[in-house]
Amino acid sequence: MKTIKVLGPGCPKCKATFRNTEQAVNQLGIEAQVIKIEDIEEMMRYNILTTPVLMIDEVVKVKGRIAQIDEIKEFLK
Amino acid sequence: MFDWLQHFADWLIYSVFSIEQHTKFGDALNFFVFDTLKIALLLFVITTVMGIVNSYFPVDKVRNFLSRNKLYGLEYLFASAFGVITPFCSCSSVPLFIGFVKGGIPLGITFTYLITAPLVNEVAIAIFLGAFGFKITAIYVISGIVLGVIGGFTLGKLKLEKELSPWVQNIIANAQTEDELEEDRLTLVQRFPAILKEAFGIVKGVSLYIIIGIAIGGLMHGFLPTGFFEQYINKGQWYAVPLAVIIGVPMYSNAAGVIPVVQVLVAKGVPLGTAIAFMMGVIGLSLPEAMLLKKVMNLKMIAIYFGTIAFFMILSGYLFNIIL
Repeated sequence: MKTIKVLGPGCPKCKATFRNTEQAVNQLGIEAQVIKIEDIEEMMRYNILTTPVLMIDEVVKVKGRIAQIDEIKEFLK
Repeated sequence: MFDWLQHFADWLIYSVFSIEQHTKFGDALNFFVFDTLKIALLLFVITTVMGIVNSYFPVDKVRNFLSRNKLYGLEYLFASAFGVITPFCSCSSVPLFIGFVKGGIPLGITFTYLITAPLVNEVAIAIFLGAFGFKITAIYVISGIVLGVIGGFTLGKLKLEKELSPWVQNIIANAQTEDELEEDRLTLVQRFPAILKEAFGIVKGVSLYIIIGIAIGGLMHGFLPTGFFEQYINKGQWYAVPLAVIIGVPMYSNAAGVIPVVQVLVAKGVPLGTAIAFMMGVIGLSLPEAMLLKKVMNLKMIAIYFGTIAFFMILSGYLFNIIL
């Protein structure tokens, strides 16, 4: 099972990324754990600079912009 | 450069809609159509170009460059210039701040970046170009870079480290050059669709503000006489510039809509320096950003940060009123 993390302090872009991630997972019909990380101190453990960040299995896939549904599906395949 | 758009607007308003030329309503509508199309087009082109530039200079590389190189003061200029080319959203300001100080970058340089990144961003540049043309845009961009350098340098000299939140001070104490996190690298061709989509998203996101701003601008353009504001705001009033900055700071979310309105204010007699100071306040400092920064510094430090920047914005306003 894949672990997907969305890091962001709760700005509109972060929320859009989280929604897109959930939709991508649903559309693929796969099992994945989607975690939202909103706490700054926790976020900073991942050594990021811009938000939102999309991580799949601890690898940064997209940062500083909204991840699109198609993109996320591609990453998850 | 935009003659063809003006021809299109003329044709649409005067021929297709048969609204008579040189009527107040016709002129206002023409201004609205022309300016909306021009600014939307510029915005799309500039955000795309910035997206491409940024794929070569992502903020991580900037951070690593700044933390590894000691450049005898030039690093302030680099930090400021990098602030122009990297996209910025105020919700990234805290991760950025921490990420920079964590990498051992001095507070002053971190502030320089934090000042210039929102002040000179791609949306502001595009709308400035559309509304004021190349010369004024260049003045704005250059003064934004200089302001970042001077502001960051000043804040660095104030030794504000003790005003940071304890957990941030802890991070600074353990600062080190960062290892890069594992990450997928994409080529420009692979990225390009996402860059275009992002650019389109930015245009879409601010279009409502732009349309409202240009609509108000269009009405004033059509209905107010030239020089209308000169009787209220002129270079002789010493308090106009500080007032402009103070009014500008809380107006952040409407930055895209504010510039087209200010364009008309200037056309109708508001001094350009006062107008630039106002727009700097609107674009460069925002209350949402201040709220976010509360997580990493105390209120005193936020007040010093905002106060220092506002002070230099006011100085720029006076300076431009003298030389422009």
